[in-house]
Amino acid sequence: MTDLVSEFSQRVQAAAKQGSALRPRGGGSKDFHACKLGGEPLDVSGYQGIVNYDPTELIITAKAGTPICDIEATLAEGGQMLACEPPRLSAGSTLGGCVAAGWSGPRRAYAGSVRDFVLGTRILNGRGEDLRFGGEVMKNVAGFDLSRLMTGSFGTLGLILEVSLKVLPRPLQELTLRFDLDEAHAIAAMNAWAAQPLPLSGTAWFDNKLYVRLSGPEPAVRAAKEKMGGEPQSDAQALWTSVRDQTLPHFSGTLWRLSIKSTTPALNLPGKSLLEWNGALRWLNSAADATAVHAAARKAGGHALRYRGGDLSQGLFQPDPAMLKLQQRIMAALDPDNVFSPARLHPSL
Amino acid sequence: MGKQERFDQLVQPLVDKHELIRRLSAVLKPDCLLYDAEDMRPYECDGLSAYTQLPMVVALPENEAQVQAVMRVCHAARVPVVARGAGTGLSGGAMPHAQGVTLGLSKLKKILEIDPVARMARVQPGVRNLAISDAAAPYGLYYAPDPSSQIACSIGGNVAENSGGVHCLKYGLTVHNVQKVRFVTIEGELLELGGDGLDNPGYDLLALITGSEGLLGVTTEITVKLLPTPVKAQVVLAAFSSLVDAGNAVANIIGAGIIPAGLEMMDKPAVHAVEQFVHAGYPLDAEAILLCESDGTPEEVENEIARVSEIMRTSGAFEIRTSRDDAERLKFWSGRKSAFPAVGRIVPDYFCMDGTIPKRRLAEVLDGISKLQDTHQLRCANVFHAGDGNLHPLIMFDANDDAQLQRAKQFGSDILRLCIEVGGTVTGEHGVGIEKINEMCIQFGQAELLQFHAIKHAFDAFALLNPGKAVPTLRRCAEFGAMHVHRGQTKFPELPRF
Repeated sequence: MTDLVSEFSQRVQAAAKQGSALRPRGGGSKDFHACKLGGEPLDVSGYQGIVNYDPTELIITAKAGTPICDIEATLAEGGQMLACEPPRLSAGSTLGGCVAAGWSGPRRAYAGSVRDFVLGTRILNGRGEDLRFGGEVMKNVAGFDLSRLMTGSFGTLGLILEVSLKVLPRPLQELTLRFDLDEAHAIAAMNAWAAQPLPLSGTAWFDNKLYVRLSGPEPAVRAAKEKMGGEPQSDAQALWTSVRDQTLPHFSGTLWRLSIKSTTPALNLPGKSLLEWNGALRWLNSAADATAVHAAARKAGGHALRYRGGDLSQGLFQPDPAMLKLQQRIMAALDPDNVFSPARLHPSL
Repeated sequence: MGKQERFDQLVQPLVDKHELIRRLSAVLKPDCLLYDAEDMRPYECDGLSAYTQLPMVVALPENEAQVQAVMRVCHAARVPVVARGAGTGLSGGAMPHAQGVTLGLSKLKKILEIDPVARMARVQPGVRNLAISDAAAPYGLYYAPDPSSQIACSIGGNVAENSGGVHCLKYGLTVHNVQKVRFVTIEGELLELGGDGLDNPGYDLLALITGSEGLLGVTTEITVKLLPTPVKAQVVLAAFSSLVDAGNAVANIIGAGIIPAGLEMMDKPAVHAVEQFVHAGYPLDAEAILLCESDGTPEEVENEIARVSEIMRTSGAFEIRTSRDDAERLKFWSGRKSAFPAVGRIVPDYFCMDGTIPKRRLAEVLDGISKLQDTHQLRCANVFHAGDGNLHPLIMFDANDDAQLQRAKQFGSDILRLCIEVGGTVTGEHGVGIEKINEMCIQFGQAELLQFHAIKHAFDAFALLNPGKAVPTLRRCAEFGAMHVHRGQTKFPELPRF
């Protein structure tokens, strides 16, 4: 164990003994997203560095405190990228925070999510034990997939120390097309294109404009453009960065994140929507009643997450009782003394 | 009681066979319940026929409510439950339990819905993998994971094993292609994991149960993603005079930013075995051949094939062929796809191993396997999902010769140890089951194994679901004797050795 890891481990063990709580924290860029910010911060940002990277293996392993920007810079030198495009909500956003949140960006619907790319983790559980799951190989079905379980757990199950991720080559060329479409026509168009063999790599709809990104070899991108029509978007890189890093004005205020069936018609709720992922992700900027939002998401085969603003104290999401009970038991299996980030996700998680 | 003893303790059934049959008869039709030895014989093993066991009872529910009812009966009576799909698994994961119920899901075989617009299929667990793609084909869609047994294996089994296939470097494993499952716990409770969207808040239980080998619950309905069928596919066949050159070609292709739809390697013994069998036209003087498939739009394929061919040339291939049409593409693939039966034709028995290694260690591992052939006096042919590092050594032996069988088992175990030593894993896609249970003690330390048991306990407090598989107890590891050694420390210092 390195000194820092053994220090973390001792703090976890001490907290378990005293009945106190700790909150793993990287860049702190997602502090706004919490049912409760409990526990003393456990600063992981000092535990950083790339442990292993070989472009021909398509795998990078880094310590949790490593800034996402550093990882992306290293990958770019190898001609590769994090294809899940996790949001960089601040320059200090870390790998640990990215995996703990499990949030993915525009390329997610076409290349995969953070969770899809996680291959292995090294964690401390609630007893301060230093554990490794998965590893630096693409295919691994030995043991339960605790690495993917940690993804999206927001530091409530343990402290993420290191992560191995699958990475992908950067596309040879990218082109973004712009279409003037209302929401209903945009939803229909995105789903129709997604059912065809086209080199899609991003969709975003807002302000009655649909943006579609294509990625691949130049002839393939050109052929797709000819088939689809639309107007080439000039400052496309900046546009996708503003969607990915959530710097558009739409992402401020009271914001809901609905993950639902992509073909769901425009939501019958007050407020403004921004769509991604062929319509499977709806960012709803709205002061609508929480009950109505949750009900609309459930009806559309998915879930609503209170992303930012409003009353987060009742939980960021609404699990059904049987599911909540099982999630509590899983939390107890990893963190029996409830050391890690109590009530971050939900009053009882 | 310490946690270690808690996980080692076996709960004894509260009823005898007669009483169990009486209780199950109340929830299943008579023809859905088998308990005579001759009726249960087809269920005594899965695709790993070296391990057999008759269960106490075979239950074949016809719907979800009956699955729940069987689970409630077994839970109340503390009777083990071993779920079974098509029985094509290669690790003995569905081998029955002598005091248990084998829960066959083959009667749950309806395709419930194909949604071509949202690109999803909702199916029951007994539906065959290939049947999903067949049903989606009229819409120009397909289900991407394609284990080699896809004509027979069921989607429920694919979820339990997190099955892969030759296209998973580009299209992912089962875990990447399942959106939602209906899941019955050992208490008979029904849960829905995942959703029709692409992610879900809370803990990712869908990822956790995928590949859990029937230890956490039973799926009764599965929603999978469908992808647009690629317009075109083409294959490059390249022959190399050394395994090292072929390995370098794989690294060079990936390093050049190409993710092929499939990238497969076969060594000389495998090439010779399949040529006798299917006459795919493989060069017999090659030490290794690579098959590299590109798919997508015609423009994508043309671009990629040109780049792949050039890399094969500069990496030292002495012969390169590109499929001219689909018939030739399928001919190139026919050898690779028939590697297992081809080996099965030249020897009475073989074990197929399933380790995954970092690709850069390939030459070293193949050299190690070659030396093990001498040690164990048995031959081995290697086929390899080269793009993702998943190795399938085929150990050839005669099971009628008990000494050979024992040597073959030890040979397999030694290969898995080698995979762990180079930073790999004992199983890439076939699962641990019963076959690799001992090697799990080498791959994982005590703390990790206890963590697995704690997770299992959260779902199944009496350890009734597929007991004895996938995750070894610490007692079993101590008896096996091959300990996970990390930085010179034995991980089980407090346990007695037998």
